[in-house]
Amino acid sequence: MEKKQILGLSVAELSKYLTSRELSAVEVTDVFLRHLREKEEEIGAFLTVCGEQAADAAAALDKRRADGETLPPLAGVPMALKDNLCTKGILTTCASQMLRGFVPPYDATVWEKLREQGTVLLGKLNMDEFAMGSSNENSSFHPTRNPRDPSRVPGGSSGGSAAAVAAREVPFALGSDTGGSIRQPASFCGVVGMKPTYGRVSRYGLVAFASSLDQIGPLTSDVRDNAIVLGAIAGKDPRDATCVSLPVPDYTAELEKGVEGLVIGVPKQFFGEGLAPAVKDAVERAAKTLEELGAKLKELSLSAVDYALPAYYVLSSAEASSNLSRFDGVRYGYRAENYDDITDLYSASRSEGFGSEVKRRIMIGTFALSAGYYDAYYKKALQVRTLIRRELEQALETCDVILSPVSPTTAYRLGEKIADPLQMYLGDVYTVPANIAGLPALSLPCGEDGDGLPIGMQLLGRAFDESTLYRVGYAFEQTGKERK
Amino acid sequence: MSATLYKGYEMVIGLEVHCELRTKTKIFCSCPTDFGAEPNTQCCPVCMGLPGTLPVLNRKVVDYAVKAGLATNCTIANYSKQDRKNYFYPDLPKAYQISQYDLPLCEHGWLDIEVDGGADGESVSKRIGITRIHIEEDAGKLVHDAEKGTLIDCNRCGVPLIEIVSEPDIRSSAEAVAYVRKLRSILLYTGVSDCRMQEGSLRCDVNLSVRKAGETAFGTRTEMKNINSFTFIQRAIDFEYKRQVDALENGETITQETRRFDPNTGKTACMRKKEDANDYRYFPDPDLPPIRLSDEVIGALRAEIPVLPDERKKQYMQRYGLTAYDAEQLTSSRELADYFESCAAKTDYPKLLANLFLAEIFRLLPPEFGADDLRADPAHLASVAQLMGDGTVNSGTAKKLACEVWKDDIDPVSAVAERGLAQMNDPAVITEWVKQALEESPKLVADYRAGKTKAASALIGRAMAKSQGKANPVLLGQIAMELLQEE
Repeated sequence: MEKKQILGLSVAELSKYLTSRELSAVEVTDVFLRHLREKEEEIGAFLTVCGEQAADAAAALDKRRADGETLPPLAGVPMALKDNLCTKGILTTCASQMLRGFVPPYDATVWEKLREQGTVLLGKLNMDEFAMGSSNENSSFHPTRNPRDPSRVPGGSSGGSAAAVAAREVPFALGSDTGGSIRQPASFCGVVGMKPTYGRVSRYGLVAFASSLDQIGPLTSDVRDNAIVLGAIAGKDPRDATCVSLPVPDYTAELEKGVEGLVIGVPKQFFGEGLAPAVKDAVERAAKTLEELGAKLKELSLSAVDYALPAYYVLSSAEASSNLSRFDGVRYGYRAENYDDITDLYSASRSEGFGSEVKRRIMIGTFALSAGYYDAYYKKALQVRTLIRRELEQALETCDVILSPVSPTTAYRLGEKIADPLQMYLGDVYTVPANIAGLPALSLPCGEDGDGLPIGMQLLGRAFDESTLYRVGYAFEQTGKERK
Repeated sequence: MSATLYKGYEMVIGLEVHCELRTKTKIFCSCPTDFGAEPNTQCCPVCMGLPGTLPVLNRKVVDYAVKAGLATNCTIANYSKQDRKNYFYPDLPKAYQISQYDLPLCEHGWLDIEVDGGADGESVSKRIGITRIHIEEDAGKLVHDAEKGTLIDCNRCGVPLIEIVSEPDIRSSAEAVAYVRKLRSILLYTGVSDCRMQEGSLRCDVNLSVRKAGETAFGTRTEMKNINSFTFIQRAIDFEYKRQVDALENGETITQETRRFDPNTGKTACMRKKEDANDYRYFPDPDLPPIRLSDEVIGALRAEIPVLPDERKKQYMQRYGLTAYDAEQLTSSRELADYFESCAAKTDYPKLLANLFLAEIFRLLPPEFGADDLRADPAHLASVAQLMGDGTVNSGTAKKLACEVWKDDIDPVSAVAERGLAQMNDPAVITEWVKQALEESPKLVADYRAGKTKAASALIGRAMAKSQGKANPVLLGQIAMELLQEE
């Protein structure tokens, strides 16, 4: 098979050709590694490329297949992981100076599962430092560029993951999503990204940003691939107490069932002020398309979600301030060269090791948890969280999925928003409710703006009902309207 | 035990006792909890708080903590949660300790201690309230090495602890010690901890304030942290009490602060002022779901609680005719009480046996003893009481024999025969010993006749020495008094 052809294959197709031995794992890995090295100069999606390990792993898989062993379906499919997912023996930096050189002595559960599935790890992907940011410009190593227009950001914080998939550097990647960090870059880069239900995928080995909001999910070229990868990483893990024991369905089983009879909620609050006209048009047209396919549209009014953004920034920053306290320069990671005593070692190491966005969130979170402010900020945010969860759950009793834009705009230019953190935070307005409520949400392409930049739509569903999201997403994808 | 007041002030004490639970594995990972292993050999990415790791609660920890709560009459929460206590310290790898803040597992308990103050020198029972018991993880240990500097040993990171907080019901160092002893005894009975103070598996923080007797408002308190022996608890309290009273009497004010007790000087010194205290920024740990306990589960744990010291104490008072205080001492350790009972079953004189335990054996026991320290054959100790009860030996001989049994496990019956230790009950022989003693001590006799009645006991002692301790002490006393009054 031609190199170009191989690069164009989906996860499902690669799986088929690898299983039938029409393609070898070595061949596939080699093609993707070569392509990746060419593209990287421009894109910068990777922080670490593990070419040698990947080639070795691929060779070992081929040998096992040649010996007659039946391997799992994903055996030999290359992929990459966001650099906040721990990989034993391989750098895991969270794109932070604080963890420059950090090599974890253990694997994240998702990587353990994917390795058992035989996927081949090509490397670790760039991100906003500790997953805080929406443009990948907060990486303390280098920015990542959007493959659709390299003058623009790929989104964030899983910007490296989205860009790598969009540039076909890997057939799929994993990212993490705390307030939209999988969905927004997926939409900016024109790929499919899923933030699963909280508790669906083990967080063990994901360097925590905000533990009650973080979920790991797949970024892929199409909906089917996404369903396949989620099936491979979901499921109970005795090492994560927040991970549930519900059985993992075959997420591809209902893909072709169509949307006939499904009710799609369209909340008017998500189509108001601040939404770019091109994005609004594209998502509304997507709603029409779904209606034409047999779904019923239902207008929703969600009032509590207005408070989702402030609640999100209080909760996520509060948890982050605690989660990131362990980076103190004592046992691992960055340590300042000059300090007087232990207190000074802490403050110098943390001042020098963290970037400004991370420090900003730590300050916000520390403040929100402080004596005298806890009730006004953290406690109130928890109450708002309960309201939002209830409102969305009630809405989802009247409809099957909720349709909205992913981001108010398409990808902006590097440097355009980085000086204005508040403007950047506002970009999360449509994505944070899913995290706040712990519900699954799928981001998939639904058109392009006047500059040819991809626009994403979001499908938000009931807890543990990722199948319906994939079903709706797949039906839409099949119309071919995402490329418009 | 109610202390004599110093300059008219009384002390008000509340204790926080930290107790390591005897689970096989740590609270949030499967590392072993054994004490004394090589540094950093009993830790893993989870208890070392490496990025990305997550805690998973060991259910045994909840079971043990609930048992401790039930054994101290607490109400057990059907719903409780775990919180993060945030502060930076090199022995705390995550920079937060997982503890419980506003919804602890156990609340509103109490235990009874025996304190002085009853009629005829008898003790009275005093109830000390237990505010709460919660679970938390222990921190690591810093080791200061002259050459290598400060090193961190993570073996203790994540060892499960319960913190038992008392009400401010304690009014003296003796009450504080009695409370910790009783608590330790209950925890040992329940089997949730080995409570080894020397190894730090039981440690005590003392909160102390003083106020003029009769006042109801509390004074400003200080906290003394991590005291790990009964003696130190008593010394620290006695010192801090006087220090606070003297300071107030000098017109100074007490500042709320954490103080360190130095066993070498016997003094407490300021470690940290309140203003420098951490704002711990407690919040619910998002990695850990709430702990839900059904009444059925709590009931099942209650069924596993053995007979506790108080119940056994009541049995001893009835069965052996012991005072509350003596019964409390004998039942303080489950192993000791079991051992005592196996001895008592072999003699007709269990009360005499109890007295031998209280007067002699207790002195010989190490401060923290276990079943291994109770080695003497119970039949041998029982026969000492038997020999004393049937008049074969006198009490002094019995005490000596009991000590010998304890140390070398001798057979007392053959010792009495071989060494002629039997009590002398013949009045003629005893009279001879008394006469000799009086003749040899004319000055004491003169003193007695001059009205110094105390001289009599000295003379009796000398007569007993003549008998090599074998004379029937009652007879000897009678004969001595008769002879002294005759002449």
